[in-house]
Parts: sequence; structure tokens; C-alpha cells
Amino acid sequence: MPIQYYIYFCLALFSIGIIGVLTRRNAIIVFMCIELMLNAVNLLLVAFSKLHHGTALAIDPATTVGTDGQLFVFFIMVVAAAEVSVGLAIIVMMYRNTHSVDINFLNRLKN
Amino acid sequence: MNTVQILFFFLSVLAIFSAVMVLFSKSPVHSVLWLIAVFFAISGHYILLNAQFLAIVNLIVYAGAIMVLFLFVIMLMNLNANAEPKKYWWMKFAGVISGGCFLVVLVSLVQQATELTGKQALVKEGNIGLIKNLGKVLFSDFVLPFEISSVLFLSAMVGAVVIGKKD
Repeated sequence: MPIQYYIYFCLALFSIGIIGVLTRRNAIIVFMCIELMLNAVNLLLVAFSKLHHGTALAIDPATTVGTDGQLFVFFIMVVAAAEVSVGLAIIVMMYRNTHSVDINFLNRLKN
Repeated sequence: MNTVQILFFFLSVLAIFSAVMVLFSKSPVHSVLWLIAVFFAISGHYILLNAQFLAIVNLIVYAGAIMVLFLFVIMLMNLNANAEPKKYWWMKFAGVISGGCFLVVLVSLVQQATELTGKQALVKEGNIGLIKNLGKVLFSDFVLPFEISSVLFLSAMVGAVVIGKKD
């Protein structure tokens, strides 16, 4: 599978995430769009790891090139899980204080 | 078109359609369900790339744990579909224009990159994505980041409890 197809697909997912962050005002949906962008990047990392593994496999059949990329994806998932727990706690706190999840309420932080 | 290409395009169309539906759904619960569909499609892509460990971790962690956490929070808040405030059409328009410009610029950049022409991602072959190989590397070369991530989880847990506690 040509690597360009994976890049186009992940760019489309990432752009959908960006559009969601810019247009929606519900804080939970904005947060979900951030998860979408993280997943697009993860898929692209795995695709590139398989690209490098394929080129190295033609030279040495016992190579393990490309393992690092997949472990990076694993650590990104670990950090994303920690981030989601803290972020949702912040959203719950914001809802308790303002009775809304509209992110425009947060501009009162500037005063 | 062989089977791998048909599966690739099917999963891609499914993922992009579901991602667009995440944005256009009025109710946050529907958005979460569409996002779970996106994660299933991405897990299918991982299986297609023979990254089986990441496919299972993606399903368990994202579709299983994180999305359930989102659903808990949404149902805890009892958000209605009409709770979404009035939004300005020019704000949406500007967001779509800037996101589309980003996409167009990067797609043209990839199209011009001569380094990428003819490069193939290895599909349904290669055994680096199996649990055996990843586990060996994870517990030998990456054992320090692995332990540090447990500290990160502990601090995230303490932070979530402190922030979410009713004071």
C-alpha cells in the first residue's frame, strides 16, 4: 500500500479534528476532536514504522527496525489516557462552577 | 483492486464518515458513539498493517476505557441536545476555511515530495507488531520510560481526584 494513501487519510482525519476544535463550542466535543487528532498521528506513526521495516526487511530478513515507532504509539496511548482523566475532571469542575460546558465561558479567566 | 486495497478504502471511508458525523451530531452521546466507530476503523487499519498489539490496545484503551469515561461524564451532566448555545455562522465558516486550508497545503506538500514516490508501507506482513517482539523491546530498552509512565499515571490519578473533589 503506497505510503501517500496513509498520509492523505491521516491528514483528512487530523483536519476534521482541527475543524471540530475550531467550530464546536461544547467542551466535551472539543476534547473528543483532540482524541481524533491523536489517533490520526498514531496511525501515521505505525504506517511509517512499517515503511521502514519493509525497506530494512529486504536487506536483512531478521531485522527488527521499526519496533521503536510502534512503542512510541503505545506510550502516546498511555499519555492520552492520563490526559483524558485529568481533562475530564477539569470539565466536570467547570460544569459544577458554571452549569455549562460552553468553552466561551472560560474567557472569564482573562479578568 | 485486491482484497487489501478494498479493505483499506472501506476502512478509510468508514473512519472519515464517522469522524464527520462526530462533528455534525447534535447530541454529545451520538458523537461519542460515532467516535467509537472511528476507533474501530483505526483498529482495523492496525490489523491491516499487522500491528496486532496496538490494535488490541487501541480497542481496550480508547474504545473501552476512554470512551466509557466520556459517556459517564456526559450522562452525569445530563446534557441535552438543545443545551448547545447559539453559535455564530461566521465562526463555523472561519473554522472550516482554516481547517480546509491546512489540509490543502499539506496535501500539496505531500504531492510534491519526491522522497515519498514509490515508497510502500508493508501491509499484512512483518512481525514487529506482534506482542512477543514488542514486549521484548519494551522490557529491555524501554523499561525506564515504562516505569516513568506508571508515575505519570499515579500523578494523573491524584490530580483527577484533587480536581474533581467537591470542596
